[in-house]
Amino acid sequence: MELTKELLLNMYTKMNKIRKFEERVAELFAQGKILGFVHLYIGEEATAVGICENLTDKDYITSTHRGHGHLIAKGGDLKFMMAELYGKATGYCKGKGGSMHIADVQKGILGANGIVGGGLPIACGAGLSAKLRRTDQVTVCFFGDGASNQGTFHEALNIASIWKLPVVFVCENNLYGISMRQDRHQAIADIADRAMAYGFPGVTVDGNDVLAVYEAAREAVKRAREGAGPTLIECKTYRWRGHFEGDPTVYRPKEEVEEWMARDPIPRLARYILDNNIATEEELKEIENNIIRELEEAVRFAEESPYPEETSAVEDVYTDLVEEGRVR
Amino acid sequence: MRQLTYAEAIREAIRNEMRRDPRVFILGEDVGKFGGCFGVTQGLIDEFGEELVRDTPISEEAIAGVAVGAAATGMRPIAEIMFMDFVTVAMDQLVNQAAKMRYMFGGKISLPMVIRLPEGGGLQAAAQHSQCLEAWLTHVPGIKVVYPSTPKDALGLLISSIRDDNPVAFIEHKLLYNLKGEVPDENEPIPLGVADVKRPGKDVTIVATGLMVHKALNAAKELEKEGIEAEIVDPRTLFPLDKETIFNSVKKTHKVVIVTEEVKRGGWGGELAALIAEEIFDYLDAQIVRIGSLNVPIPFTTVLENYVIPNEIDIINGVKSIL
Ligand SMILES: Cc1ncc(C[n+]2csc(CCOP(=O)(O)OP(=O)(O)O)c2C)c(N)n1
Ligand SMILES: [Mg+2]
Repeated sequence: MELTKELLLNMYTKMNKIRKFEERVAELFAQGKILGFVHLYIGEEATAVGICENLTDKDYITSTHRGHGHLIAKGGDLKFMMAELYGKATGYCKGKGGSMHIADVQKGILGANGIVGGGLPIACGAGLSAKLRRTDQVTVCFFGDGASNQGTFHEALNIASIWKLPVVFVCENNLYGISMRQDRHQAIADIADRAMAYGFPGVTVDGNDVLAVYEAAREAVKRAREGAGPTLIECKTYRWRGHFEGDPTVYRPKEEVEEWMARDPIPRLARYILDNNIATEEELKEIENNIIRELEEAVRFAEESPYPEETSAVEDVYTDLVEEGRVR
Repeated sequence: MRQLTYAEAIREAIRNEMRRDPRVFILGEDVGKFGGCFGVTQGLIDEFGEELVRDTPISEEAIAGVAVGAAATGMRPIAEIMFMDFVTVAMDQLVNQAAKMRYMFGGKISLPMVIRLPEGGGLQAAAQHSQCLEAWLTHVPGIKVVYPSTPKDALGLLISSIRDDNPVAFIEHKLLYNLKGEVPDENEPIPLGVADVKRPGKDVTIVATGLMVHKALNAAKELEKEGIEAEIVDPRTLFPLDKETIFNSVKKTHKVVIVTEEVKRGGWGGELAALIAEEIFDYLDAQIVRIGSLNVPIPFTTVLENYVIPNEIDIINGVKSIL
């Protein structure tokens, strides 16, 4: 496998973008500038990036409640994301969606999802549609270890299998569904094993090793594009922060968190890049500085944008407008 | 009298019933050590242990179905669905199984189960974490639907719900969890199907549920300044419905405003309006007014959410429109 400089720096950029975006969101949430439920992706960056580097804008992804990383990896724009988190009219969803529902349909992002397991059958639908429309589009379906216990997981894997759908199921096994440790919510260690029951390949990779994720996804995406059917990729990773911002995380030992933080995927990629003389430290620093600039612009854009007009609440859904609206 | 929050009152009811009846147990997502997403079951695992306070995988259909199977065979489960929105995932077990089993089996089984459902907006939680879906349940014969608005009612009604031999959907409003209120020193049940007049008045009847009871009380204070005396009736259980208390109030005031947070179209409030129109039409001096959320999904950002969900001004306007 050839890893070009461009590819490696792209991955380095995207992972840093996710990290810095999420860190900024945590601050803004603490300051009360961002409201609602916010689930951060810090620690899991290698998974979204390693997967999405194999996709084009024409390919689809379905995302989850922990969706910011998927969005950025698939090419989402920080400005419109930040504005949506602020609930502004200029956000991706005009302030109607918020963190749990950000979507960029132009970029093939079929939305974050507030329903655990909700994206799995939708990914199959997108896969079927690509097949019926005779395109070579691939759909990647992100979901968590917790979601693998929903009925939709089993139904989706089965239907993708019998119809040989061009879908890559990506399980982000971060060891917990809220407070439930994986060994309490299922009796298997590797979720990839479940693929066997549906008759297609399942692989487990180190989700904090972006190159391993990239490699596994390359195989799976190729398989899907060639019409050979789905693959399940399980990425073992860890969320550094609480389930949502404000979660006191009483359910996991500090040592475990520290242990996983020591396996930070970003310095790991930096080390690879530097050790193999692919780029210099200055080049990497420059990348980070550019991201900081882009991020600050995004925050300014969000701050300066207006809130939506009240009456826009009755737009974007079929309603009988005659009966809608309020006089206050 | 003690002071308890709404959340504490719910916990107290569960604790009370678990102490007196070993068949009562809890299941749901993160209800154990985590104490539930809204902290309602906090500490129960310390007293009753993991066997009776069961953390489940994220599997709502199984949570509801396990409750059905356990209730059918001698246990009295209390299942928690983290947000009422997720009850849609569990609908087959509730609608096709729980609600119908006793009837389909010719009355030869009872299903003493409670399913707890936190609902409502106001947390900027957006379209999939803010809904009020009570009409989905009141529409189905075979399920009782309970909806307390105060700590006292939550305590007494939950005790009755757990002791009931039918499936009971117990709706809780998320914004009420921290509300403090007086609760009797004894843990006494409040019978299902008995409404409560939360404020007496003579000029107009406001029937309100859940959080809307409190918004109606605020609105009534404003109306009082203008010499309008609103009577506020809280049905407390949506089915069985205490028609008598509601009808007596309407017969006295001759005017009625129904306030619920659910989306107005197809809501439970429409059912109540129809009952009033069918049964005591002659007593009405004006059309029935219904106030609910606008017929759209609940939006994320505060300005839009506030616009969609009814507030005190909407209630005052509704009352004035028929005075
Ligand atoms: C149907 C449904 N049930 C429960 C929830 C509440 N909930 C939100 S995230 C979550 C945990 C998800 O765990 P996992 O799939 O492992 O994803 P992670 O949060 O770890 O990324 C739960 C239970 C939900 N949003 N939807
Ligand atoms: Mg998880």
